[in-house]
Amino acid sequence: MYSVRLWSVRHARGLNAFYRGFEAMLVRMNGLFRALGYEHIERPVAVVEKAVKGLLFDCRMCGQCVLSSTGMSCPMNCPKTLRNGPCGGVRANGNCEVKPDMKCVWVEAYRGSERIPGGVESMSRVQFAVDQRQQGRSSWLRVTREKTEPPGGDSKPTAKGAS
Amino acid sequence: MRFEDEPVPGYPLPILPGHTSPGRFERVLRAGGFAVTTELAPPDSADPEEVYQRARVFDGYVDAINATDGSGANCHMSSLAVCALLTRVGYAPIMQISCRDKNRIAIQGDILGGAAMGVCNMLCLTGDGVQAGDHPQAKPVFDLDCVSLLDIARTLRDDHHFQSGRKISFAPRVFFGAAENPSGLPYAWRPQRLAKKVAAGAQFIQTQYCYDLPLLRAFMDQVEQLGLLDKVYILVGVGPLRSAKTAEWMRKNVPGMHVPDAIIARLAGAQDQARESRDICIELIQEMREIRGVSGVHIMAYRQEESVAEIVDKSAILQGRSPWYPERDASQYSQRTAS
Repeated sequence: MYSVRLWSVRHARGLNAFYRGFEAMLVRMNGLFRALGYEHIERPVAVVEKAVKGLLFDCRMCGQCVLSSTGMSCPMNCPKTLRNGPCGGVRANGNCEVKPDMKCVWVEAYRGSERIPGGVESMSRVQFAVDQRQQGRSSWLRVTREKTEPPGGDSKPTAKGAS
Repeated sequence: MRFEDEPVPGYPLPILPGHTSPGRFERVLRAGGFAVTTELAPPDSADPEEVYQRARVFDGYVDAINATDGSGANCHMSSLAVCALLTRVGYAPIMQISCRDKNRIAIQGDILGGAAMGVCNMLCLTGDGVQAGDHPQAKPVFDLDCVSLLDIARTLRDDHHFQSGRKISFAPRVFFGAAENPSGLPYAWRPQRLAKKVAAGAQFIQTQYCYDLPLLRAFMDQVEQLGLLDKVYILVGVGPLRSAKTAEWMRKNVPGMHVPDAIIARLAGAQDQARESRDICIELIQEMREIRGVSGVHIMAYRQEESVAEIVDKSAILQGRSPWYPERDASQYSQRTAS
């Protein structure tokens, strides 16, 4: 929901701090996830993740969440799905070129990033091209796996600091 | 101007140490010249002669010609095709690649294809949204954004492989660029966005129209503070606005376009508004070249392309330099086309 999405950016600092704790908890639960089988829990976890992040951020479930690097403003809500900053077409009032009634996702992202310690530096790091195969999959589980398993596998890590 | 190691003008040059392309545009910038680029609007036509006609207007006044890629999300001849036609007769085109219409498979293919056709410069862009153009019913692709596009393009050239990791046998020798809008929000972050593009692979930047010099100076100061001036060549966008009415219209309808009220007031008060708009452009260019880190100008004069020659001439930015064009050294040209 648009108004909740804006609220989330205003509370980027708190949400980011909460997520840090949540992520640490997920990493501690790795043993349980592995026992259950990551592929087995993928769908139910993705459903929960979609519900929670859908409410807070209008999350599009790209599967490679970068909210901590975008001030809690989901870049997939940008009509051009830009992941590295605003395009050149931002309106003078800070609204989107494509959707004139919507705040530019990246103008919001910059506001949110200013509220997160180290957020602007994080937003200034290059995000590589999204892996479209991850669409609909859980970022939470992906991050937990990446943080607990040695690097490798078939998907190149594309995003750091997920939410 | 002619490079001494340019056997036949228009042919690929030997690649000098530290250069990435065999093109004249990179040569001019790396030699410290104040470069001039302009924009060619690809025709709504399949006639190559229309492309050549549009290019000839700039003969002797520009170092490179951008061929836009569905600019404003309007359908025209493709940038790749325009560039391939232009390289046939020796022009130095800048191929524009927009992420709006093609996914990474098509784009990487175009980079290889363009380079194979002699295109030495490519500008990596996000692209205007489809709602702005003549096909609002089209599907916007945006598989990549301009930064991830730059990253993929640089990987092709420097690491000799596709994004998939599959090797290519001969890398495209291309000078890659990107766009930036110093007058776009959020102002404070725009220089960092430029840094991001440089980190991803941008070697030159062409900016959106800049009519607000204080804003441009503040932007360039920050770019300098970020230590980017020795990593990227910045060409500032300018262009005649024709009339106060046009300026108002563009400010309202062209995405990211910022025109200060003072410019519009000056145009409105002029007897001959078209003349005044060219004068404003000339004055801006003269002031821009004094700004540290500005390596050239990108003159966009849509539907008034003939004014580019006058603007370049009167602003004296070429300092006696005469960029190569097909007819300049007529004897070599006829020799080349005969062969």
